[in-house]
Amino acid sequence: MELIFEISKPGRVAADVPASDVPPVNIENTIGSKYLRDELDLPEVAEIDLVRHYTNLSRRNFGVDLGFYPLGSCTMKYNPKINENVAALFGFTGLHPYADEKFAQGNLQLIYEMQKYLCAIFGMAEFTLQPAAGAHGELTGVMMIKKYFEKKGQNRRIILIPDAAHGTNPASGALCGFDTVELRSNSEGGVDIEHLESLMTEDVAALMLTNPNTLGLFERNIEKVAAIIHGKGGLLYGDGANANAFMGKTRPGDLGFDVIQLNLHKTFSTPHGGGGPGSGPVGVSQTLVDFLPVPRIIKKDSGCDWSENHLTNRDGETSYLPLPHIILKDSTYAWSSDFPHTIGRVRAFYGNFNVVVKAYTYIRSLGAEGLKHATEMAVLNANYIKERLKSYFDLPYDRVCMHECVFSGNRQVAESGVHTSDIAKRLIDYGYHPPTIYFPLIVPEAMMIEPTETESKETLDTFCDAMIAIAKEAKENPDAVHNAPVTTPVSRLDEVLAARKPDVCWKKS
Amino acid sequence: MDYCPHTDNDIKQMQSAIGISHIEELFADIPEKFRIKQIPDVPPALSEQETLSVMKDIADRNQLPKLTLTGAGAYHHFIPAVVGHLVNRSEFYTAYTPYQAEISQGVLQAIYEYQTMVARLTGTEIANASMYDGASAMAEAAVLCAKMSNRNKIIVGCSVHPEYRRVLRTYCWANGYEVVDAPYAPSGQVDGDALLKKLDDQVAAVIVQSPNFFGVIENIAPVADAVHEKGAMLVAAFTDGTSLGILKPAGASGADFVVGEGQSFGNPLNYGGPYLGVFAAKEKFMRRIPGRLVGATVDKNGKRGFVLTLQTREQHIRREKATSNICSNEALCALAAGVYLSALGKNLRKLAELNVYKTQYLKNGLLGLSGWEDVFPSPVYNEFVLRCPDAKKVNEKLKNEGIIGGYELQKDYPELENTLLFCATEMISKEDIDKVISILK
Repeated sequence: MELIFEISKPGRVAADVPASDVPPVNIENTIGSKYLRDELDLPEVAEIDLVRHYTNLSRRNFGVDLGFYPLGSCTMKYNPKINENVAALFGFTGLHPYADEKFAQGNLQLIYEMQKYLCAIFGMAEFTLQPAAGAHGELTGVMMIKKYFEKKGQNRRIILIPDAAHGTNPASGALCGFDTVELRSNSEGGVDIEHLESLMTEDVAALMLTNPNTLGLFERNIEKVAAIIHGKGGLLYGDGANANAFMGKTRPGDLGFDVIQLNLHKTFSTPHGGGGPGSGPVGVSQTLVDFLPVPRIIKKDSGCDWSENHLTNRDGETSYLPLPHIILKDSTYAWSSDFPHTIGRVRAFYGNFNVVVKAYTYIRSLGAEGLKHATEMAVLNANYIKERLKSYFDLPYDRVCMHECVFSGNRQVAESGVHTSDIAKRLIDYGYHPPTIYFPLIVPEAMMIEPTETESKETLDTFCDAMIAIAKEAKENPDAVHNAPVTTPVSRLDEVLAARKPDVCWKKS
Repeated sequence: MDYCPHTDNDIKQMQSAIGISHIEELFADIPEKFRIKQIPDVPPALSEQETLSVMKDIADRNQLPKLTLTGAGAYHHFIPAVVGHLVNRSEFYTAYTPYQAEISQGVLQAIYEYQTMVARLTGTEIANASMYDGASAMAEAAVLCAKMSNRNKIIVGCSVHPEYRRVLRTYCWANGYEVVDAPYAPSGQVDGDALLKKLDDQVAAVIVQSPNFFGVIENIAPVADAVHEKGAMLVAAFTDGTSLGILKPAGASGADFVVGEGQSFGNPLNYGGPYLGVFAAKEKFMRRIPGRLVGATVDKNGKRGFVLTLQTREQHIRREKATSNICSNEALCALAAGVYLSALGKNLRKLAELNVYKTQYLKNGLLGLSGWEDVFPSPVYNEFVLRCPDAKKVNEKLKNEGIIGGYELQKDYPELENTLLFCATEMISKEDIDKVISILK
């Protein structure tokens, strides 16, 4: 497909600019010619060209609305349309972040209540919604851990990271100046307790644990893990990437986690936008509340007041309470930066507010019971896929899984030289987005399948049928798998060339 | 409404395929004593109709201003209808990061085009797929400079957005780098002499912003020369991206990194987010910069296609040795920016000029009020600082008329007593401005 620059033609334009209703000024005199640019090299296209260009691009893109997207660890559940409609209400989109709090009471109430809901769902003392994505939340969490030990006067240098962890965990630790040390998994796919005991010293600030871990397995020894960490004065960090596995079933705060980051674009159904915007709220136990980023939202109850008004009951009758009686006046919400031990800010303003609106809408739609049901169905779906595929693909850890299951393509490699990457590409020809592949790193030829709760039994069955058909193809006609995909606008792309001779900005040739 | 399609019979069949008789058996790995029956304190489910009504009620508790005269890092611009329509194609917005290139050519090509537009606008050679926002883009550029140079000091102009500086301090503290403030001169630009005095061989980067927080346009070229002479790097931020429609970009004046807030390009105010961190650089830093990069390549038939490239910089490959921990960024906001900039094309210049006209008209009107005076005698784009007899009272008066007034600078700059930072974009009419003046008379 042509680039927007290649269909550009001088003289065309899609968006006009109104004529000035104020007297124009001479730009050169007002700004000064040394500050002015010469050329402005942007595409020049008519509106219809623009619409067709991006519409055609969209047709070369796969989203949840097109089909099953079992990308492990990414929780690609359906993104309810009502959330989009609500977030597009002008009341939510139209306000400047520095609008006086008087103008923004609705937004502030939503942020306040969202924090309270997240506290309830995850058992934490307080939440911040400032981080813009999961990794940003991790960074925020690790910064709070650093500040906590700084305040205690302890210089702890190390953060423990399990070998199965997401790459963002060690990277977040390193971006806060910590040394990261790898913690081994045991044969059951959980934390190797002996190894943890040998590593845990008073030089260790925290363990960053994903639970369930990236194998989709719940850490059975979580109580022991927490005790070992806390026993040496360390903190337990929870990567909430897999929170879709336990909402309404258990709470990280109760399990002993001191800090946890969430991904609203995973667990709480906000669309991922092809690479963001996400939102990465961070919850903390009472231990870390003082270190939360600022500003924080505070609720001012304006107290009680006397009312001379009659109250009516549900039947529309005037109540018989004597007048006047006490009513609770409306609360008001405000921002406050008056927290001396805060880590400061991690971004400007208050976070990805409009993403939070969608997640809040989702929580209100599902309610407490619905969130729990979502988790149950997500776990049911993952276990169903695991059962249906386990005789066709190697299953390195054959246990009840949580919201995702991890297979290995080892058998296919040994039998016919078909690799996991081939299987993934062949799935595209069958109309599916491939699972996460080659992760976690501790499983060779890994395929990490996360179906989510919003998929029907029929979808899971036809996906499993496709996987089984590919396993068969791998034996009988491996070339068909090696050559996949054949149904896409481009075939497999030369990534080595892309890295060796990087072309990241187009130049007229 | 929970969006789960299983019928009771589906669930039964699946349970029997798995070999369980109750869902609870799937949660046996969670120690009994930590299991909960119900989430406390979350209200019960709502139908779609009830949800909409509850959410409209909350939205209505906001009071939408008739007029917004504050910019200060977030700008009210007109968004052409095409932007919303194209960004709302669900093939784009319901996709994840384009890890599987063959079925993600749409977003990959759109980001490649965005990267190209950003590089051209900022006068640099390359740009990444986006960062979280302008502030975090700036902080990550500073941390990168320190890492590359093995120096531990960052100098930042006090005329840079106060929240950006606060974010910078947080990131630098976490990495053990020192942040040194450089004062502004009476012109409102960074004080060149004071900056030179602070420039020693431990300085990794100098950060300025143009237009800066006061709206004032900085003279980048001499700063760049001085910074490079000491072996440091120049990170130049910007406030309102539309200023690049007329202003000489910092990349063309020698900045090593150009960062800033891209919200102005087709993204609503949204009470502060999601926004768009623009990150552009000289080509020599390509293998070190944070964030996703889309590159062009060919498929096995020689057909052009696009992939995420140079991923060995990134956390999922390099883990603790990655140049940053960033993963999800703001792809959809970058898509909006690409559509916006393509829609405007050469009209971005016209739009920027219109912003200047409105700004000058507002500024002159306010300066006609008794006791009001200009604070920084320098060229500005669409923001400016004035001193008035009582800044709080001015904003209170405007607030009572449903208008968001100027940003009170005294909050961040105690010495700038009774000063207000105003912004005028194309969204403000002559009639609006005349009304503001009459309210304040």
